[in-house]
Amino acid sequence: MTMIFGIPVQAFLGQLLVGLINGSFYAMLSLGLAIIFGLLRVINFAHGAQYMLGAFVGYLLLVHLGIGYWPALIIAPIIVGIFGIVIERLALSKLYDIDPLYGLLFTFGLALVIEGVFRYYYGVSGNPYSVPALLAGGTNLGFMFLPNYRGWVVVASLAVCLGTWFAIEKTRLGAYLRAATENPRLVQAFGVNVPLLLTLTYGLGSALAGLAGILAAPVYQVSPLMGSNLIIVVFAVVVVGGMGSIMGAIVTGYMLGLAEGLTKVFYPEASSIVIFVIMAIVLLVRPAGLFGKDA
Amino acid sequence: MKILSLVTAALLAATVIPASAAEISDGKVKIGILNDQSGVYADFGGKWSFEAAKMAVEDFGGTVQGAPIEVITADHQNKADIASNIARQWYDTEQVDSIMELTTSSVALAVQGISAEKKKIDLITGAASSDLTGKACSPYGFHWAYDTHALAVGTGGALVKQGGDTWFFLTADYAFGYSLEEQTSNFVKSQGGQVLGAVRHPLGTTDYSSFLLQAQSSGAKVVGLANAGLDTANAIKQAAEFGIVAGGQRMAALLFTLAEVHGLGLEAAQGLTLTESFYWDRDDESRKFAQRFFEKTGRMPNMIQAGTYSGVLQYLKAIDKAGTDETEAVAKLMHEMPVEDVFARGGKVAANGRLISDLYLLEVKKPSESTKDWDYFKVLATVPGDEAYIKPAESGCPLVK
Repeated sequence: MTMIFGIPVQAFLGQLLVGLINGSFYAMLSLGLAIIFGLLRVINFAHGAQYMLGAFVGYLLLVHLGIGYWPALIIAPIIVGIFGIVIERLALSKLYDIDPLYGLLFTFGLALVIEGVFRYYYGVSGNPYSVPALLAGGTNLGFMFLPNYRGWVVVASLAVCLGTWFAIEKTRLGAYLRAATENPRLVQAFGVNVPLLLTLTYGLGSALAGLAGILAAPVYQVSPLMGSNLIIVVFAVVVVGGMGSIMGAIVTGYMLGLAEGLTKVFYPEASSIVIFVIMAIVLLVRPAGLFGKDA
Repeated sequence: MKILSLVTAALLAATVIPASAAEISDGKVKIGILNDQSGVYADFGGKWSFEAAKMAVEDFGGTVQGAPIEVITADHQNKADIASNIARQWYDTEQVDSIMELTTSSVALAVQGISAEKKKIDLITGAASSDLTGKACSPYGFHWAYDTHALAVGTGGALVKQGGDTWFFLTADYAFGYSLEEQTSNFVKSQGGQVLGAVRHPLGTTDYSSFLLQAQSSGAKVVGLANAGLDTANAIKQAAEFGIVAGGQRMAALLFTLAEVHGLGLEAAQGLTLTESFYWDRDDESRKFAQRFFEKTGRMPNMIQAGTYSGVLQYLKAIDKAGTDETEAVAKLMHEMPVEDVFARGGKVAANGRLISDLYLLEVKKPSESTKDWDYFKVLATVPGDEAYIKPAESGCPLVK
């Protein structure tokens, strides 16, 4: 059998694929963060909680209303997005003019409150959420057994990431958004409703987190802790990619997923810190991040 | 003269009785329940153990030797340094007489050390490492409910007997995981089995697919999960996804309780073999206890919670019998008194502090076999405590002569 670094090449390919799957979640979450930071200059610490909310909305829809996975895939992000819009209108919008630290503190506190409430009512063991029947089972790829659902996660996340990137970088609405962050007053003078744009942006970022949550529900336990376990890693992804860089967040998400996957093969004990080691190195060498503009 | 001696006798008697209440330090007995209430083990023991401890106090009558009993609690977040700080504060400034529950072995080892140094009784139900009654034993330390050795003998033994003679371990990367992996490995090898490999993952890992692929390619018949709580639940759920069980490998959740089965759901957990020292649906007595627990908490107790109830009760019984909460006297009685309650029947405490009581080998029911809420287990066998736990003389505890 061919070997790569002492492990069979088949196992190696399997691990790469697994890394890619995890990278999909990192990419989707860091994308939302990057958009919110890039356009609102808010460090959204509630992102993990919004991801958890997405999963819980899916779970509650199923348990209480009998609404399955596919409709939930649309409904959950919308509900989380609306939740985000309400938060932005009621609180975040009041914080834009003061130190960005307040936005960070506010969203951090908000995350603790949301998680605390869910932990109180649902415990931490989590609740089961099944893989939809259409995607149950798996496919034998020769080098590994790929659960169909995980394959779907990779495809869906790629589509979402590229779609979002396209919408922001290549469409007229995206151009307004980018212009509004560069010079809000001038854009407003042209008759564009800037506060509305910002509200929608936060809603979109939240909805992306909610979508990642419902996509994650069948893979992990639907647990109040699922977001806080992930959010720190996702922040590291955003920092490595370059704060606010959308393409940077996407590419780095997948890259770090792969790096983490490989660490799990060679030295599993380090798998939880490898991303932070990379972050430290990147910050030393390129403080603005790999794809950051103002280096 | 006679009258005088009678009067002195009466006076003496009169002074003796209030004196016994004065034997309770600070006029009250204070028990601290220290465990994980927000992390991966929050359902494994968590605030539910606190509820169980309060139930024990209630059932005991709320006072001992005329002194009130108070139970307090704190969250140690699975961090030994935080737990040590809380333990010192409790003992030094808050008049806590005994710390109990202590989920997470690293925490239990630290707090047992502090308790021994401060000459206080600690009673562990939530942590698993058998070192707690082995080389790290304390004359004032007690270990209730279960330990890694009992789990290895119970679950490991049952699977080897069913032909699972090659193993691969997924191990939580800290004291408890090592201890559980090592003891299960030793047991498997002693039965003629083989260990093909092991991989260590950080506590609180959410994605196990990489580790599971390694287990899958090892070709071992049994994938032993030397972890606990949410970690085990996630690993089992993802194992099903990657076709591990469908491919003919068996998952062995070495430490898995009712709480995690509830979280995972029968659909994903069915067929798992596990070992617990308590099952709520065991008999009328346990069902009655569990029903009361359910009314307070909305869930049925697992062995950690029922064990905490038993531990608190036994501690209070010992204080009552000793007439004092002085550590030496109470610890001596706790080593001598039989343990007879809803949790342990015919239990005895060995010289190393280990409670020897029966465990149950359980199998998780199929969804179709479950007839009511929380009806999750079939009892396959009773594992007698004497077989499950390390013989005190072989435990490595210096207190055993």
